[in-house]
Amino acid sequence: MSDALVVERLHKSFGKHTVLDGIDLTVPEEHVVALIGASGSGKSTLLRCINRLEPIDSGRIALAGEDITRPRNVNSVRRRIGIVFQSYNLFPHMTVLRNVTLAPRDVLGLGKAEAERRALALLGRFGLAERANDYPDRLSGGQQQRVAIVRALAMQPELMLFDEVTSALDPELVAEVLQVIRELAAGGMTMVLATHEMSFARDIADRVCFLDGGRILEEGTPEQIFTAPREPRTQQFLQRVIDAGRM
Amino acid sequence: MASEGDRRAGLEVAGRRSRLLEGLRSGGEGRRSVAIALLSTIVFFTVVVVAVTHAPGWPEVKHTFFDGHEFRSTFPDIARAFLLNVKIFCIAEVFILAFALLIAVVRSLPGPVFFPLRAMAIVYTDVFRGVPTILVIALLGYGAPALGLSYIPTSVVFWGIVALVLIYSAYVSEVYRAGIESIHPSQEAAARSLGLSRGQTLRRVIVPQAVRRVIPPLLNDFIGLQKDSALVGTLGAIEAFQQSQIDANASFLFASYIGAALLFIALTIPLARFTDWLVERDRRRRQQGALV
Repeated sequence: MSDALVVERLHKSFGKHTVLDGIDLTVPEEHVVALIGASGSGKSTLLRCINRLEPIDSGRIALAGEDITRPRNVNSVRRRIGIVFQSYNLFPHMTVLRNVTLAPRDVLGLGKAEAERRALALLGRFGLAERANDYPDRLSGGQQQRVAIVRALAMQPELMLFDEVTSALDPELVAEVLQVIRELAAGGMTMVLATHEMSFARDIADRVCFLDGGRILEEGTPEQIFTAPREPRTQQFLQRVIDAGRM
Repeated sequence: MASEGDRRAGLEVAGRRSRLLEGLRSGGEGRRSVAIALLSTIVFFTVVVVAVTHAPGWPEVKHTFFDGHEFRSTFPDIARAFLLNVKIFCIAEVFILAFALLIAVVRSLPGPVFFPLRAMAIVYTDVFRGVPTILVIALLGYGAPALGLSYIPTSVVFWGIVALVLIYSAYVSEVYRAGIESIHPSQEAAARSLGLSRGQTLRRVIVPQAVRRVIPPLLNDFIGLQKDSALVGTLGAIEAFQQSQIDANASFLFASYIGAALLFIALTIPLARFTDWLVERDRRRRQQGALV
């Protein structure tokens, strides 16, 4: 099995503040990698660097063996990587269907009928077919986030990035979104997800990376990270999560 | 007994109803508040009418401004001339909306490469917001035809429209820019992350949302433009104001001015109310959105 994503010695700073301090990460195809760590540890920035929403200072990123560190056309890289944000970021002036068909039509050049057929199939798969003609503000947070996932999937990406996608949701809406991600994992989608949902990470991830101060301090199987963390910082972090009743 | 808190809440609700008639319609106290509003209106206007009609110069003003016969005989010509105003501001508005959007987009282009374009856009808006409208109209209206270039039009209406487009585009581009900047960066991130180019993102995601947000201030500027179309008359184009001045000069009566004023009002007031309605609808919609 080849590697879907390779990140090497990635550095990124905002002004004097170093956010990513030499990240090395390899994600084999069909693997799910969970990034855990405190807020500000660099999880979100790492995801945004991978799909080039943030310019990087140094390091190397390869997607399916192809160097995308300095791509000639950044848009052609982004269409291969789906990202879902904490705050959904649906386009409020478009219906659900238009949200999902926009990029396939404008970027991939699909015809209207074909794009809508695919979009409706995807929406149907995640129980959203009936909301196709609604505007996003008529939907619950969980529904909006599921539409955001479908919108990213409509580009048929090789890699999906999830940036704390349940953090903005009411607790009772978290499960429906996690269920969608579980289905994707079961379908063999390669994914990197930054999350605060430790039990979910433990369930779904093939590998867990603990980020601290812009470095991957410890990585291993969920079993190893959650039951026998080696680093004191990891132990400290997990202890705090347990104390907060979040695991 | 109603608690202090209840009454405060009631006041707050009443305070939010800022519209003219809203306070009169509602509740059991409705009839009483209608009566009060009626009475105070009658008193107010009686005082104004008495004050004006007892002014020492009133008989003279009444004769010159409110001569019914003069009004009736000049009005048709002024109404005809007003069509030129309509033509001027309609043509100007189309170009303003397009040109101003271009300026606003240029100003929001990021990166050092676009610095010269951004700088030009900034100088443009600064200059044309800084010079009085009537001056720009005079400079272009008298200056451009005087160049004697055979390939540019010499019509003063043409140059008047050009001047209005230049002036108002500077204002309207600022309105657009405020709208563009009010769209959260996460919308751009979402669009770019789907592979849309910068241009596609602007066209499909940023600008449609921005324009929707600034429709009320755009209509406001449109009202200003309608009034300023009268300034083209200073170049000699026979629009409503110029026509009424011709009539006034012929008869030494000013009833024609009243006619011209009424024509402008007949157009701008409905538009102003429409703008208010849009703002109100938008506010209500956003409140609803917040509840969902």
